[in-house]
Amino acid sequence: MLNEKPVMSIRNLLLRYGEGCPSCRGSLEKNRCAVCKTVWAVNDISLDVYPGEVLGIVGESGSGKSTLMRSLYFDFTPTSGCATLRDYKEGQKNIWDASSAERRMIKNTIMGMVYQNPILGLRMNYSAASNIAEKLIGAGSRHAGQMTLRAAELLEAVEIQTSRMCEAPKNFSGGMQQRVQISKALANRPALLLLDEVTTGLDLSVQAKVLDLIRKIKARYGMSILLVSHDLAVIRMLADRTVVMLDGKIVESGLTDQILEDPQHEYTQQLVHSLI
Amino acid sequence: MGIEHRKLTNNHYNFAFLDEGSKREIRRATLKAVAIPGYQVPFGSRELPIGRGWGTGGIQLTLSLIGPEDTLKVIDQGSDESVNAVSIKKFVGLCTQVKTTTRTHEATLIQTRHRIPEIPLTQGQILVLQVPIPEPLRIVEAREEITKQMHAEKDYAPIWLQLYESLVKYNKVTIASEYPCMVEGRYVMNPSPIPKFDNPKLHKSSCLYLFGAGREKKIYAIPPHTEVISLAFDDVPFEIESFAGQQCRLCGSGNTYLDEVFDAQTGERFHQCSDTSYCKEVVDHAQ
Repeated sequence: MLNEKPVMSIRNLLLRYGEGCPSCRGSLEKNRCAVCKTVWAVNDISLDVYPGEVLGIVGESGSGKSTLMRSLYFDFTPTSGCATLRDYKEGQKNIWDASSAERRMIKNTIMGMVYQNPILGLRMNYSAASNIAEKLIGAGSRHAGQMTLRAAELLEAVEIQTSRMCEAPKNFSGGMQQRVQISKALANRPALLLLDEVTTGLDLSVQAKVLDLIRKIKARYGMSILLVSHDLAVIRMLADRTVVMLDGKIVESGLTDQILEDPQHEYTQQLVHSLI
Repeated sequence: MGIEHRKLTNNHYNFAFLDEGSKREIRRATLKAVAIPGYQVPFGSRELPIGRGWGTGGIQLTLSLIGPEDTLKVIDQGSDESVNAVSIKKFVGLCTQVKTTTRTHEATLIQTRHRIPEIPLTQGQILVLQVPIPEPLRIVEAREEITKQMHAEKDYAPIWLQLYESLVKYNKVTIASEYPCMVEGRYVMNPSPIPKFDNPKLHKSSCLYLFGAGREKKIYAIPPHTEVISLAFDDVPFEIESFAGQQCRLCGSGNTYLDEVFDAQTGERFHQCSDTSYCKEVVDHAQ
């Protein structure tokens, strides 16, 4: 797996809130400069996601995990850095240099995103079927019947009754909304799925269902998944490799088993200890 | 001191009310609109002795284009006799002294709201439509800067989604008027609040269609012989309203857009041509 060309490569990604100052290098308190108050939300992150793998990103709240994910999905513009996709210009062009039409194409066909908050990922007043069709229309489909069939197939795959496909997600439970988001993200069989804290806020039984679903999706579609969570149990269950983030930086990375069994960084040791 | 009452005549106004500079500017915008079919051209909408939203866009187009040799027809929802149509006709007549008519084929310039006449328009005729909301994407996007970008990038996915949602909910597209259409395969356009019955009349027509939105300060156009296709999915064809089994109680036409009329005294419901001049011509011809 690691010998293949990465589905996504990120190099020196930096996203800061504020102008920064010469003191920023030495006087960061966590990720905030004591002098100019600039917040270094994502600080010099580099990583690769390989075909078919689940790469977990774990870290405490405010460590920059979601900022990283939302930058990758063009919700935020990074201050500097580069990310390439194997399926976009053969990995030769930085995705943040893409035009807005190209960005739409990337979001519709190469990447799928599941947000922690379903409001960000779904049109709550449109039917579940339309939410999925939105991605298909964006990719150029103009056949209503085929779109309905695909929506039904995807909703079935995430265990939502097709009899409810005409209902709006605002009438669904939190777990169902997450599952609609997942089916929407899968609509065009993207090469990379971005999952941002998909189980946060769900009760334990629903969490288990969603995690089980992600495992099934990985087995069925074989796509790469970038999975963000602050819960090490989720990472242990799903991720092949894991990256640990703290204060906007990567402090440790490696195979998930290796990280869990032999954590090197003090913060990772605390995390693993809390899991036990 | 008494108030001097004078009957206003065309001597008190510039020909066609607007000053020549304003007319030139509107004509320039119109030319640009004709050159780029379906594209909304911004223009400096003038103040008129009519409230915005009462057809000022259409009137400004009419006033900037009309010449002494023109014959004007004004209709409102198909009727030549409605208050709006009569008032606009009087106003333009007052400041131009041009001939007015109710016969579609006699008119060189037709101003209309909500309908396109039943008689096919011919080369040399101009149909001016009054438009309240020119932006077809407004229903899916409130911000003007974003809709401009969407047009520039031909990003019409949200409007297709709107149509699909209608299919999911009601098994058919439920848009009755302002049905969006694609002009020359480039711009999605709002054909103004005409019923979708009239949409096919825009396609490859011989006449020039001009659309004026005074409040929104936009002009757009469909030049003669332009391809205008109403949006429809590959497997769900575009359909116009059906009046199957109904006919006009006055002229007997069964292939026109019919209004349903309710007679409160008798409790009777009947259908009647929405285009009153067409109906009258059919009746006159029969007699």
